[in-house]
Amino acid sequence: MLSFLSRRLFVAFCVCVTVSALSFALMFLSGDPAIAIAGAGGRAEDAEAIRIAYGFDRPLIVQYLDWIGSAVTGDLGQSIYFNLPVTEIIGNRVGVTLTLGFISFLVALAVAVPLGIAAALRPNGWIDRIALIIAVSGQAIPSFWLGLMAIVVFGVWYGMVPISGAESWQGFILPVIVLSYYAVPELMRITRSGMIDVLATDYVRAARAKGLPMHLVISRHALRNAVLPLVSLAAVQLGQLLSGSIVIESVFALNGLGRLAWESLLRSDLPVVQAIILVLSLLYVLLTTCADILNAVLDPRLRGAT
Amino acid sequence: MTEATMETTRPSAWRKMLGNTGVMIGGTLLAVIVAIAVLAPVLAPHDPLAQDLTRRLLPPFWHDRAVPEHILGTDHLGRDYLSRMIHGARVSLGVGLGVILVSGAIGITLGLLAGYFGGWIDMVISFAITTRLSLPIVLVALAAVALGGASLTTLITVLGLLLWDRFAVVTRAAAQGLRHQEFIMGLRAIGASRARILFLEILPNMRATILVVVSLEVANVILLEAALSFLGLGVRPPTPSWGLMIAEGRDNILFDPWLIALPGSALCLLVLAVNLFGDGLRDITGPARK
Amino acid sequence: MMLDIRDLRVSLPTERGLLNAVRGVDLQIARGQTLCLVGESGCGKSLTATSIMGLLTRQAQITTDRFEMAGQDLTRKPAAGLARMRGRDVAMIFQDPTSALNPTLTVGRQLTEGVMRSEKLSRRAAEARAVEMLERVGISNPAARLAQYPHGFSGGQRQRIMIASALMGRPKLLIADEPTTALDVTIQAQILQLLGELQADLGLSILLITHDLGVVAAIADDVAVMYAGRIVERAPARDLFVRPRHPYTRGLLAAIPVPGVTPRGSALPAIPGRVPGLIGTLRGCAFRDRCAQAAPDCAADPVPRHGIGAGRFVECVNPEEAST
Repeated sequence: MLSFLSRRLFVAFCVCVTVSALSFALMFLSGDPAIAIAGAGGRAEDAEAIRIAYGFDRPLIVQYLDWIGSAVTGDLGQSIYFNLPVTEIIGNRVGVTLTLGFISFLVALAVAVPLGIAAALRPNGWIDRIALIIAVSGQAIPSFWLGLMAIVVFGVWYGMVPISGAESWQGFILPVIVLSYYAVPELMRITRSGMIDVLATDYVRAARAKGLPMHLVISRHALRNAVLPLVSLAAVQLGQLLSGSIVIESVFALNGLGRLAWESLLRSDLPVVQAIILVLSLLYVLLTTCADILNAVLDPRLRGAT
Repeated sequence: MTEATMETTRPSAWRKMLGNTGVMIGGTLLAVIVAIAVLAPVLAPHDPLAQDLTRRLLPPFWHDRAVPEHILGTDHLGRDYLSRMIHGARVSLGVGLGVILVSGAIGITLGLLAGYFGGWIDMVISFAITTRLSLPIVLVALAAVALGGASLTTLITVLGLLLWDRFAVVTRAAAQGLRHQEFIMGLRAIGASRARILFLEILPNMRATILVVVSLEVANVILLEAALSFLGLGVRPPTPSWGLMIAEGRDNILFDPWLIALPGSALCLLVLAVNLFGDGLRDITGPARK
Repeated sequence: MMLDIRDLRVSLPTERGLLNAVRGVDLQIARGQTLCLVGESGCGKSLTATSIMGLLTRQAQITTDRFEMAGQDLTRKPAAGLARMRGRDVAMIFQDPTSALNPTLTVGRQLTEGVMRSEKLSRRAAEARAVEMLERVGISNPAARLAQYPHGFSGGQRQRIMIASALMGRPKLLIADEPTTALDVTIQAQILQLLGELQADLGLSILLITHDLGVVAAIADDVAVMYAGRIVERAPARDLFVRPRHPYTRGLLAAIPVPGVTPRGSALPAIPGRVPGLIGTLRGCAFRDRCAQAAPDCAADPVPRHGIGAGRFVECVNPEEAST
């Protein structure tokens, strides 16, 4: 268990370092970040001043170490547009994204897992067919379009819910529905297929042969094993919900991280973009690492393995 | 030996394919959309870029105010919506195909190397996959397109360089499985070169698996392109992309919701077609890990 | 009779039509006896066992004329009756002990969960019985091993644990589906010996499914030979080996080399042809396409059944000739 844990944490650490280097390198993708910040119409003197002010004239490795060194202490640099610490701006916005992401994730799980189990218990039954329709449509409908259509139908035509902003909790209703609808198909598919696989195993037959009633067989023997692949996928999906809410935030005018990143890109406020990419990547690494550890706790076979 | 097995499996695979409703419906739908995209210049009644500011925001045919020469109406610049929809299919499919060529080449090569050689090569490539998966894809793509200058080429390059992970994961697993097959061992024993084994023996044996990934990824790319274009950092105006049309129609959704309903439905239909086709293929060819 | 089944039929819907996998099987097992059900894979022997336990999928259609088990008549309500009897009167062990034990639960939990429910035993009492059963099947230091997970045991030990688990409810009938197939040869012998001992000590009746005539020779009192969903010959084990009556049985026996009898280096005779498909109705003797003694009469339905003494029958048009 300990060697598994330390090994997993070491890989996570390496990924963090690489990801930070990548998000740092993004600054230089356009060639000269000073010109990017000054804007296409900026004068050469402005670019030169920016270059010196931001230290772009130093060697890359020095700049990176400087950046990552401050990042570790919680200093992600200054926003060019707001002239405020990036950490502060992100801190103000991250709440909306986390709320939206987590609630959507919980809603998606609450829909996907029971539906997946019910579908697996009777393949080709009517619940299975409904689940299939939800899965196929959920994967085909672009979430930003679904969001806009939901605004038209529920917000404009029926006036049932606020169509933008997060001033009240009702503002979250449509975004949560749209975002969880995006996450449901994969979660449901893996629950269903995991459950079908497990139900066909000998240990489930053996549990029934012992005389256990079906609900105990499902809750004690089947679910626990079917949930193993779900844990990893759920971590990935939560990560995608958090980083993918960028589109939904812009559709529903929610002031979260995603919208901030998008606006910062349009304003060439690169330190903010960089920091958001870094934060979201680290969140993802954190989530998948937690999932791996949770899997090891749930599956005794993994604990012994390296 | 592989020739012989191919001969016996092919007819039954085809029969299964014809019997699979998903492949049939998805395939037919996809063929129609591809045909529309290819024949766009012939089919489109108007120039998709031609503006007519005197005929702005005409509604489609089911409205009273509709005019016969613009069946699906016009947008806020008076451009024929049907023609833009038809040309939009080209953009979606073109970007999908272009990205797959880039990402497929990268992912398949990496997956083959990792799966066949194992050891430190596998460790490095697996690490690259893990790293790539932890990047927030929409955001990185947006940033890269923004910094690289929004254009079709940038878009295809950026997405191609980002979306190779699923190809790599699947080919890696398949190559690991094939590496120990007897015919590969035999080829190694008679001294066939590594490149020959990798690209002429192992690769053709995973055609079915790769085809499934291609379909899944095409759907993914089409949705991403639409999202990026919707956010204004994908396909540049005035090119008719469905995602961009939705973004342009957004200001008028209160009074002319069809401006977003039409291109959105087209997107759904195309992605649905690709997904049905891919899922059907997966059912036919057996379990391919996602 | 511990088990008395008449005319068991099992059909499974498939894409190409109804698969009649078991086509009228009769099985009787007396108290304390072992009946081996023998046949090639796909002949329906595992389905027969699984349907007796009531563990088939919902889609399967099962009918019987009579179904009595451990003194209870289950003919009319097999599902409800079996639900009460599983784990108590009848228990089952499986081919692959690795997959038959849940990898995520401790051995102790898996042994005790059945009886804690069916007999309302306390955890302490159930664990005491689990220790007793593990000891009985030859697991050393059983009390300490209750807390371990299945992956800590070898294949042979896992099958012993499965047997202990099956014995927890003190069953009268044990159904063993290929219990030694997944094990090493030396372990196979140990497990068979264990089953034999348990049977003698506890007065168990055993229905043992196998394709291995070596297993039959080691443990069976009676043998039923199954082919294409029907029992074509049934006999006391000794009689069957000495004097097989059905051409199929003779083919099976001829395919086993006997040291000192079979000439070295000679090819063993294989049964030509393939098992017939079981989708749709099958008329006449299912074996006739592969049978050297096939005659025009063999296509007639039903195939005559000849009783030969007590507890022995053969289903063949021409068993007299087959016996020479």
